[in-house]
Amino acid sequence: MKKYTDSGKKDTRSGFGAGLLEAGRADERIIALTADLKGSLKMDAFAAEFPERFIQCGIAEANMVGVAAGLAIAGKIPFIGSFAEFVTGRVYDQIRQEVSYGNTNVKIASSHAGITLGEDGATHQTMEDIALMRALPGMVVINPCDYNQTKAATIAAARYEGPVYLRFGRPGVPNFTDPDASFEIGKAYVMNEGSDATVFATGHLVWEALQAAEALEQEGISVEVVDIATIKPLDEGAVLASVRKTGRAVVAEEHNRAGGLGESIAALLAEKFPARLAYVNGMDRFGQSGTPSELMAAYGLDAAHIAEAVRGLVG
Amino acid sequence: MTANKETLKKISTQVRRDIIRMVTRAKSGHPGGSMSSADILTALFFQVMDQDPARWTRDGRDQDVFILSAGHLTPVYYSVLARAGYFPVNELGTFRKMGTRLQGHPSVRRDLPGITQASGSLGQGLSAAAGIALAKKLNADPKRVFVLCGDGECEEGQIWEAAQFAAHHGLDNLVAMTDWNGQQIDGTVESVAGSADLEAKWKSFGWNTIVADGHDFDAILEAFAKADALRGSGLPVMILFKTDMGNGVDFMAGTCKWHGKAPSEEQCAEAMTQLEETLGDFQP
Repeated sequence: MKKYTDSGKKDTRSGFGAGLLEAGRADERIIALTADLKGSLKMDAFAAEFPERFIQCGIAEANMVGVAAGLAIAGKIPFIGSFAEFVTGRVYDQIRQEVSYGNTNVKIASSHAGITLGEDGATHQTMEDIALMRALPGMVVINPCDYNQTKAATIAAARYEGPVYLRFGRPGVPNFTDPDASFEIGKAYVMNEGSDATVFATGHLVWEALQAAEALEQEGISVEVVDIATIKPLDEGAVLASVRKTGRAVVAEEHNRAGGLGESIAALLAEKFPARLAYVNGMDRFGQSGTPSELMAAYGLDAAHIAEAVRGLVG
Repeated sequence: MTANKETLKKISTQVRRDIIRMVTRAKSGHPGGSMSSADILTALFFQVMDQDPARWTRDGRDQDVFILSAGHLTPVYYSVLARAGYFPVNELGTFRKMGTRLQGHPSVRRDLPGITQASGSLGQGLSAAAGIALAKKLNADPKRVFVLCGDGECEEGQIWEAAQFAAHHGLDNLVAMTDWNGQQIDGTVESVAGSADLEAKWKSFGWNTIVADGHDFDAILEAFAKADALRGSGLPVMILFKTDMGNGVDFMAGTCKWHGKAPSEEQCAEAMTQLEETLGDFQP
């Protein structure tokens, strides 16, 4: 199987910060806004280099969405950043009217997504955000897997004309994708080719899926791993091509079952190519306090659980 | 100024006819607040703003911008836009009908000239207006942004988030207006949400405030002149226009009953006897 090396743990939010800075240097229309979370969103470098293009909104996310829409109407490219829950659930109606229906070129930078936010517990651990954003007409939903891919995805989002939801996380995680790879919105990346089952993974779970594939190789099970970096629009061609080859699908995501990537792929397969499918996700639960790795294990989101799901389909 | 005032009065009288006829034909819509803000928007579009149909673009660059935060006031908004030449007057007859550009609440997806942002879910337009005003500052564009809110709308928390933001960021190119008619769907503002000293509230948020009679063109134009003089003050301006819901038709005035209710054909005919056809009705 294809070998991936962790070049050292890095948080995906720092990939966002690096991408924002690089995009900001290339395009002076880019504006960064936050609701009292400049440091958490890794906007410090951008704010230091472009102080007039960094807008502190205070703890008032609803207004921040509207201000960003106004900036976008006037030709700017605003990135609004906060914790995932506070830039989705808290401001869903504002995003719906000002960004989605209003068709404004706003980029929603959503950090600390999923259960790996860790110790802050369930109030901050949204696992419903993908469902909310997927439901909005025209919203692009991106969930990159590591630092390098998050940086590239941020630059791609800046260049794309239209609303984008860009989801990333808090903890340091393996950084293993090519630092020079460009990011194509709407493209699924085949990380490893296999013949017995496909694991479609997104975000932090792509690395876990690769670890599972490596373990399963020792057992003689050949697993294809596909990184669904763009959840909407889904790369349907890539999903169908893989399942036509392997006949089995496991979908792994740090999200509630309802409305997530799993349901998206299940719906596609049910319509176009019925196949055996298993979910690895947060089920229908809230999180709790703990370290990211403890929570990943407790909620069934690590490599061991992905491998178990594959065995369940292959056996 | 007197002749000008007479012209504005003629226009706003026709706008009121349009409002009643549009809502009656659609059998739905919001006539009450449209009538109370008819004089304000007539003055704004025909006298105050540096904006015209030939130059209008959604990004509002190098021209004044208007945002309707109280998105249900589409009858008055569309009438004023049509009468100012943004689109054909006879298109007013399509209001709220299947396939129309004149959606129940403003849409930017129908290519209707003059519409800068979607609204309808209340409390959001002030934030969008603040964002455009901020962009104008960043672009060194000296033009201004005007936004109309309802007094009931100011019960939304986001209004006060935006108030705090606009003052903190020194958006003195932002002129907000409140149609202070004292009415909302379920009754008077006082009965629904308690008495609101809006002037004290806006002052305490650091805004320049102006209070004016929203049905007297001398007072309206004087208020806008005062707002104009506050450019460079470093603070945004709120003009609180005291108005009557349903103003212009005796049986509709001063009550919340006509917030979101269409008159019958008979009531429409009765209203028409109270409003002179000054500029020609839209047809059919």
